[in-house]
Amino acid sequence: MVGRTDVASVSPWSAPIIWEGNFDSTLIDSIYKQQNLTIATTVFALGKYTRFVKDFLESAEQHYFVGFRVHYYLFTDQPESVPEVKMGENRSLTVQNVPSLNRWQDISMSRMEKLENLIENELVNEADYIFCLDIDTKFYGRWGAETLGRLVGVIHPWFFDAPRSQFTYERRPESKAYIPVEEGDYYYAGAAFGGSLEDVHHLTKTCREQLNIDAANSIEAVWQEESHLNKYFLLNKPSKLLSPEYMWRDINEKAAQIKIVRFTNVPKNYAEVRPNP
Amino acid sequence: MASDLSVCHLGLLHILMKVNFYLFFLALTGFSLTGHSVLRVTKDTKPNSEMMKFLQNANTLLLVVAVVSLTGLIFLGYSSTSLRYKEKRFCLKLSYKQPSVVGPDGKVVPVTPWLSPIVWEGTFDPLLIDSIYRQQNITIATTVFALGKYTQFLKDFLESAEQNYFVGFRVHYYLFTDQPEQVPEVKLGEERQLTVLKVPSSNRWQEITLRRMEKLEKLIESRLVNEADYVFSLDVDTKFYGRWGAESLGRLIGVIHPGYYQTAREQFPYERRPESQAFIPYAEGDYYYGGAVIGGLVKDVYEAAKTCREQLDIDAAKSIEAAWQEESHLNKYFLYNKPSKVLSPEYLWQDFKPHTNEVKIIRFSQVIKNYAAVRPNP
Repeated sequence: MVGRTDVASVSPWSAPIIWEGNFDSTLIDSIYKQQNLTIATTVFALGKYTRFVKDFLESAEQHYFVGFRVHYYLFTDQPESVPEVKMGENRSLTVQNVPSLNRWQDISMSRMEKLENLIENELVNEADYIFCLDIDTKFYGRWGAETLGRLVGVIHPWFFDAPRSQFTYERRPESKAYIPVEEGDYYYAGAAFGGSLEDVHHLTKTCREQLNIDAANSIEAVWQEESHLNKYFLLNKPSKLLSPEYMWRDINEKAAQIKIVRFTNVPKNYAEVRPNP
Repeated sequence: MASDLSVCHLGLLHILMKVNFYLFFLALTGFSLTGHSVLRVTKDTKPNSEMMKFLQNANTLLLVVAVVSLTGLIFLGYSSTSLRYKEKRFCLKLSYKQPSVVGPDGKVVPVTPWLSPIVWEGTFDPLLIDSIYRQQNITIATTVFALGKYTQFLKDFLESAEQNYFVGFRVHYYLFTDQPEQVPEVKLGEERQLTVLKVPSSNRWQEITLRRMEKLEKLIESRLVNEADYVFSLDVDTKFYGRWGAESLGRLIGVIHPGYYQTAREQFPYERRPESQAFIPYAEGDYYYGGAVIGGLVKDVYEAAKTCREQLDIDAAKSIEAAWQEESHLNKYFLYNKPSKVLSPEYLWQDFKPHTNEVKIIRFSQVIKNYAAVRPNP
């Protein structure tokens, strides 16, 4: 194995950055399979977003932590719309009924509090790791044990080769998500993050608190909870970073550094699928 | 695949011990019940001889089962470490290609195939890393062994450490020596201290090096669990020439030996005799790690030291001494328990080696010495 020479494989604080070619999947699987792990995986499908659930789950069953114990937690306001998807051995799905919301921004932001509560109330003795993923996505390649770590962030597919001054951080000092122009390591995607229960609980709790403070001051960060996530990761460096292979733009989009698309946004008509503009 | 999975989940050892436990207690219960029944039946005015015979046979059988399972438990307890390795062999897939340390383009490889960072100059930001770790109020225990003539290396070791090693952090040196009076006066910085621990002399340098694992294990048990967060065990015939800082911290740390980082694994000086517990076959191996440096969290280094010490004892009982003493056992340990962070040869060099392109800074290096003059035996 010689690794990748065209991309950085390690962050300035020595966290590995996962790219195809810099890890051995068989070795890593054999190391983690000895640990009898459970990986909780949360998705939110409210309003018209329930249409994405089938492809998400079916492709996850093909590619996501294959051979490991996975428990999906699907938050939805229409439990009756959840499709029947055949699950592999050691895989299960729990549907959590949540109230509908009128604004997609509110739907996005309220996830932090729901995750915080889920971890506190249900996951504590049930899972070892948790990943929180967007639902309007699909798996096309392996997403496995190489992604496990204490605190895991994914590098946003539109900013991985941009300078930090172009990152779409929240730039108003009044917001708790504020990051000044000369600061920042990476721009992380809000669509995927994970880690140990303890670390993700701290993350979701902090983001929820910061979101509430902003709301009380009538500020909504430019990219909602993604802005707060980026602030969190600036101050609490992830122990592992996933390359944009793990959260890509679109299956039909290419980039030189992306040798394999593992998980990507699916195309959609935002005007049609969102409850509000 | 499912059964493969469950063996690796639960561990063969676990399963065997569980089975033995249940068997033992069931047999013991059965033995007591049948014994009780035998006694009751003999008190009857009309003893039923067939029933009696059956009960007595059952009683004897259960006693035998109880004794056998008890023996099994004791045996499993003693051989647990070699079983542990056998079980890991079954579960860990070790037949992959050898990882490179330097790529074909001459660039250093910054991460292992199991995603542990390999620490090279240029791969980390020292100010950032220092600021992250300074918030954690940590203590780094550091053990060195200076027996016989090796006390001559202490002054340079300690003085250069005070200049370069975890500067600005709390460091506690634990110095094992057979001649406490030979320990030089070295001015230590703030938050730095030194404890001298007296140990018996030895006539063989191989013996001195082998006993380090045991001393490290005992020191952790008795003191470090309460006194430190991280521990490094370093050779003393060395000197610091550059920064060795918080970038070296992690759960379990190994260093790549400077003499073998561009060698094919078949030529690594692993122990090659299958009779030794340190045996590694030609087709396996990630790196050749230097025994001069082991580090990590106190509890992870404890596991490493304890296992190596147990394996060393098993070998000693069979009159085998591994090719490079505890370095061979350490390499075996790291093959099965991958380090969470690997230090590049910048962190263990040898003064007599000429500089190379890849190693841009020498941080810690073994000083040139006359082995004949300094060792108690050849």
